[in-house]
Order: sequence, then structure tokens, then C-alpha cells
Amino acid sequence: MSAQRVLHLTLRRATTPGLTKFAPAGRFMQQRLAATEHIPQSNAESILVKQRLQRPVSPHLSIYRPQITWYASSFHRITGLLLSGGLYIFGIAYLAAPVTGWHLETPSLVAAFGSLPFAAKVAAKMTMAFPFTFHSFNGVRHLVWDLGLGYATKTVIRTGWTVVGLSVLSSLYLALV
Amino acid sequence: MATTRALARLAVRRTAVPAMWTRSFATVDPITKVGETINPSRPVVPESKTSTAKEPIPEKGSKIKTFHIYRWNPDEPTSKPRMQTYTLDLNKTGPMMLDALIRIKNEVDPTLTFRRSCREGICGSCAMNIDGVNTLACLCRIPTDTSKESRIYPLPHTYVVKDLVPDLTLFYKQYRSIKPYLQRNTPPPDGRENRQSKAERKKLDGLYECILCACCSTSCPSYWWNQEEYLGPAVLLQSYRWIADSRDEKTAERQDALNNTMSLYRCHTILNCSRTCPKGLNPALAIAEIKKSMAFT
Repeated sequence: MSAQRVLHLTLRRATTPGLTKFAPAGRFMQQRLAATEHIPQSNAESILVKQRLQRPVSPHLSIYRPQITWYASSFHRITGLLLSGGLYIFGIAYLAAPVTGWHLETPSLVAAFGSLPFAAKVAAKMTMAFPFTFHSFNGVRHLVWDLGLGYATKTVIRTGWTVVGLSVLSSLYLALV
Repeated sequence: MATTRALARLAVRRTAVPAMWTRSFATVDPITKVGETINPSRPVVPESKTSTAKEPIPEKGSKIKTFHIYRWNPDEPTSKPRMQTYTLDLNKTGPMMLDALIRIKNEVDPTLTFRRSCREGICGSCAMNIDGVNTLACLCRIPTDTSKESRIYPLPHTYVVKDLVPDLTLFYKQYRSIKPYLQRNTPPPDGRENRQSKAERKKLDGLYECILCACCSTSCPSYWWNQEEYLGPAVLLQSYRWIADSRDEKTAERQDALNNTMSLYRCHTILNCSRTCPKGLNPALAIAEIKKSMAFT
């Protein structure tokens, strides 16, 4: 330690208001006033487990910004569930119809649908058509991704909104025909 | 020069000393003085009822921006996390979110806790959820529109250590599990270096730049629900960085380790990862390349 530095540190100590006692600066001048505790490395796991019991999980779904990426993905899954679930339920009900006495055969369904007012017809068709068209178009998007194509963020956003637009238009067409 | 400065300070000391010069260097108070009375049953303050910590001295023509920041203190483990509101004058704050956080910590509330180091987007410490999107606070500009309020949360679906500090133990464990180092049994042919052609080296562009900030992994809903088993985009990108490396000889073993329902195939191409990456990388493409390499071999 150079003489100049020792002098400098001594002077600094002297100017520090917290330390009233004059302590000369030297090689061993460092003071530790904070208390520390030695914990062996092997305790790390148990300490972490104990800490995690108290730690909250940070918010996720509720705070993440709505983006076409994950909204389209979750909607793809929901529409898939609706379509396949609806098909299964109708199929089972159709099989059970002779036993339970329901009238699910085509002529009676056509007659029942024909008796509905125009708005109800469009609404019913729309609720069937939109999940179908969205799931189909977005499914094509997923197949293209599986080939390793179209991963640029701009492309993803553009194709996402294209799918939304196409499915709205095509489902409107299906509902109004 | 330093000696003169200290001498000058000694001379000044006897006269009136402004408060800001009285502590010339960092001192640590004895632990007995620091220990506050901690009451675990402190009542929870709901988000709407927490006070607003204001800009120290507001000025005329100031651009006051409001920041809502997630707070949780482990010293009061029973209290719920809360949103604390701060206001800052953007004229006196640097352009980036990290500047705002540092200014709040320095001037308004020293208890605000967050990680930061390089302030230039190379260390990945200050990854957090800003205005709903995961990014690095040091690379995220403060939106100058003061009518919009900014919200800052820790990385989504992580255990919170304190305030904006997430527990990334699992993330680093997963990184370790993919063996992120060169694995070779044969010595290099010329006995000196493992050489690559320019084309082989080019394959690593867009992979080696990853700084492991965990922005992408914690933006992935699939990782939110399955992070115990699914590796997540960041770790899979790193895995592909070694699968794609022409010098690595354990490609088959690396692919084998991923060949189960959880590690890799929980990726449902949601693509939040590529959208959020603050370094502009494309983890989703890397995952797609791994899937392709495993499907077509």
C-alpha cells in the first residue's frame, strides 16, 4: 500500500462522522459491522423448499398482453374441443336415440331447424361454422409450421390475422347460404 | 489529487456541512439497529388502497408518468403481494424502464428490489414483465405518452423472491440438464483445433446470442402449466445450439434425451417466445428444427 494511499484513507476516516474514534488506515483496517451466519452448502435444498412454501407465484394469464400468438393458440384448442366434443355428444345421442325415444334422425332435425326464425337460423349456423372454419384455417397454419416455415414474427402476426379474417368471412358465407 | 480532496473535506468539516456530504463512503449499520419489528399478521393492503409515492419535487412543465409496480416482501410472508404506485417526471428520468426503476430506488423508495447489472441488454438480469410483455427493462423505452400508466410485474408464473426478483433455480437446473457444452470423444484431426466451415458456423447464428434472460420461457403458457417437465423455449434453443453444432459428437444422445412427451413436445407452437425475445432471436424456429431433425432421421 503506497504511503499516499495510507494517508488518503486515514484522512477519509477522520472525516467520516460515524466513526468518532480516530483509527489509522493500514493493511488490516477493514471493519465489518454487519453480522453474518455460516450455513453449510448442504442446507441449500431445504432452505429453498422452506422459502418456496411462502413465495407467491407471480401473475401470468391475467397480466400478459393479449396477442394474436397465444390468443389464436388457445382459441384453436377451445374450438377443437367444441367441435370434437360436439361430434362425440351428437354421435352418442344419435346411437342412444332409438332407446331413449329422441327424434334425432335427419328429417325431423331438418323440420325443427326449418321452423326457426331467420335470425336464429343464422346464429345457430354461425356458432357451428365459425369454430369449424377457424380451426380448419389455423390447422393449415400449424401444418405449415410443422414444416419449419413461417416462423418470422411478422409473418406469424400476419398469418394469424389472415386466419381470423378468412374464418369470419367464410363462416358468414356458410351462415347466410 | 485524492489526498487534496480529502484534505479539503477535512477543512470543510468544521464549518457547516450539508447533509449530503456527511457520509463520504458506504457504511454498514450494526445489525441490531437495522432489525425492524416484523409483524407477520400485518393486514393486507389492497391494490387500490396503497398510497402513491410521488416524484420528490415536481416542477412546472413536468411530464409525470405513473408506474404500478408489483411488490411483495418476504419479511412479511403472510401479506399478499400488492401493486405500489409511483410517479416520476420523465424530464428528469433516463429513457429506459431500468432508468425509471433505478431512479425510484434511489430517490423515492429504497426498498424496491430488482435485478440489474449491465444496463445494455447483455446480462439478462433485468428481465421482467413490462406493460404485459416480457422484456429487459434496460432495452425497453418508457412510453412517453403520460396518459397511459405503466405496469411492471416479475416474470410470469415464477416464484417471487422479492418484488421484481423471480426465483430462476429451476430454469438454471433445466439449462444444466441439456449439457450445454461441447461433447467429443475424438481428438481434432490436426491435433490443435476443432475446425468448422463457414457454412457450419453460420448455422449457429441466431442461437449463440441467447443470454438466458428467461423472457421467452416465462412468456410461454405451456411452460406456465408444465414447467416441472417441459424444458421451455430458452433451454430448447440452447439444446438446438449444440445439436446444430458440427463439432459436437453427441447429437444422437442429445436428441434421445428430448424424445419423450414432455421435454420437447409440450411446445404447441404458441409462438409467444419469438414474439417477446428482447434479443430478436427465434426460439420457436429452433424448436421446430429440433422436431424436424427428430422426425426425419
